Amino acid sequence: MSQQPSLKPADNPAGTEGFPIAENICSVVSNEAVNDRYSHMVLAAPPIALTARAGQFFHLLCPQTDRDQPYLRRPMSVYRVDRDAGRIEFLYKPVGAGTSAMATLRAGDAFNVLGPLGKGFVLEPSWRQIVVLGRGVGLATLAPLAELAASMSIGVTAILSAERRDYLMSGDLFESMGAEVVTVTDQDGTSAVDNVETVLLELIRQGRADAFFTCGSDRLMQLMKRLGAAHNIPGQVALEQQMACGIGMCFCCVRSFDVGGDVIHRRVCCEGPVFDMQEALSW
Amino acid sequence: MVALGVRVGALALANPIMPASGTFSPEMGQVTDLNLLGALVTKSITREFRSGNPTPRVAEAGAGMLNSIGIPSKGLDYFLNETIPAYRRYTPPLVASISAHSPDVFAALCRDVSVRDVDAIEVNISCPNLEADGRAFAMHPDLTLQVMRELRAATHKPLWAKLTPNVGNIVEIAEAAEQGGADALVVANAVLAMTIDTNTLRPTLGSIMGGLSGPPVKPIILRMVYQCARAVSVPIIGVGGISTAEDVVQYMAAGARAVQVGTASFIRPNAMTDILKDLSSWCDAHGYRDINDLVGAVRDDDLDPDILEAVR
Repeated sequence: MSQQPSLKPADNPAGTEGFPIAENICSVVSNEAVNDRYSHMVLAAPPIALTARAGQFFHLLCPQTDRDQPYLRRPMSVYRVDRDAGRIEFLYKPVGAGTSAMATLRAGDAFNVLGPLGKGFVLEPSWRQIVVLGRGVGLATLAPLAELAASMSIGVTAILSAERRDYLMSGDLFESMGAEVVTVTDQDGTSAVDNVETVLLELIRQGRADAFFTCGSDRLMQLMKRLGAAHNIPGQVALEQQMACGIGMCFCCVRSFDVGGDVIHRRVCCEGPVFDMQEALSW
Repeated sequence: MVALGVRVGALALANPIMPASGTFSPEMGQVTDLNLLGALVTKSITREFRSGNPTPRVAEAGAGMLNSIGIPSKGLDYFLNETIPAYRRYTPPLVASISAHSPDVFAALCRDVSVRDVDAIEVNISCPNLEADGRAFAMHPDLTLQVMRELRAATHKPLWAKLTPNVGNIVEIAEAAEQGGADALVVANAVLAMTIDTNTLRPTLGSIMGGLSGPPVKPIILRMVYQCARAVSVPIIGVGGISTAEDVVQYMAAGARAVQVGTASFIRPNAMTDILKDLSSWCDAHGYRDINDLVGAVRDDDLDPDILEAVR
């Protein structure tokens, strides 16, 4: 191959020492169960990690425990970035080997988190009011949108869906950022797709739906996609998929998209995890 | 400081550490300095567009990884016009990995990727995931010889044959590849394997079988590198489960001239550059001034000749 001169710093991607992604060695500040299903981790993080934006994720090197020996990293979207305090936060459900092992970390433990990774949510300055619809742990992925929208003076209606009222973790965070919060639960019998559709149609009628955002439920994405197409409302969806490398090399994490009638694969890790909702296909 | 330069046939490498095909792309340059590596190896491409295998494409298998990606490929033109230029900003030699179903298509592709910016061609005659039943050229000595002869006739570039461990006797495959004109052997691809989800009793991978990689395969592939190194005279590039400098030392002592690191980079994207630093330290600590002194340095010459003969 042609011999090029060594990379000058200016040729490298932006970021500390020219590398925008790092194996960030963080220190656990706290890691507590918030209820019988979800846990909340706060990490003191180095500068590169603090560049994470809403919808981006980290690839976590979870610890080896007596019970669980996860080998691959685990992708997890960032719940909150507090640049002033130098902290990043995750809201997660300890369920598999990786997240269960992660739940054993205690204050002061080191945690290697690769990132920030992927393409996050993008807000158009012309939008005045957006609608955020999430369910379950998908709420954690959507939570940073509240702060991003607030910083751009974009109003937010957050429709939060969960099995039970006490699993609606992000409500306080959305409200503290000035969002109007609508909660629907299986417990109250309000989370059916038909009911959510009624709420969305009313928001559309009131002119409070310049864009749609969703994560965590295929059925709710299909609903938003259908209403978005019918009412010409742009939308973004954050998708999940099993990953190995997390940075675009291995092609493990593909999902299918309809692009102009052609079904194509895209890598969730680096072409997403946030995608155009109209192109995303049911999973 | 140990001298780390090695030669793989006609190709001089600054050091013996390079990525394994399929576990590497220019995206790694966002995390680590690719100019520190001995060579860069592309993901295998095919001439035609391939969308790859169904998901799930990856599963954990103990302290290892099971994958069945299925060589998604954007085809030859994309490779020539987009992939190769993306590597041009990096200084290490570029190794293009290619694959195909038939010898004639394989040879034509080999000819077409023999362009200026490609320094060597790794021919993936061993991907376990191209066919549903895991067949590959390198499962049969005669098919290996045939395809390597056609590939050899198609290019003047250094030709590296990537072998499969999914064979009864890898030595006869290695000999066939050498006889067919390989300039080096890459030993070896992933080990055909499967796992079953005990909650659902379904095969974990979408395509049922896949390739096992990572630390669990290292002793298997190390044995194969040792066997092949005793049987052929072309250089061997060891690949299988390397995640530490000590792993590299074992592979080189077994006879590898260079090594490829794969799955470890998924766990730690800085794995190769970390291994390189540690390898240099290991050599300094153990009195090696030239890394080439480590190649084939396994101390087996005082063993019983019958035992040595039996490893074949």
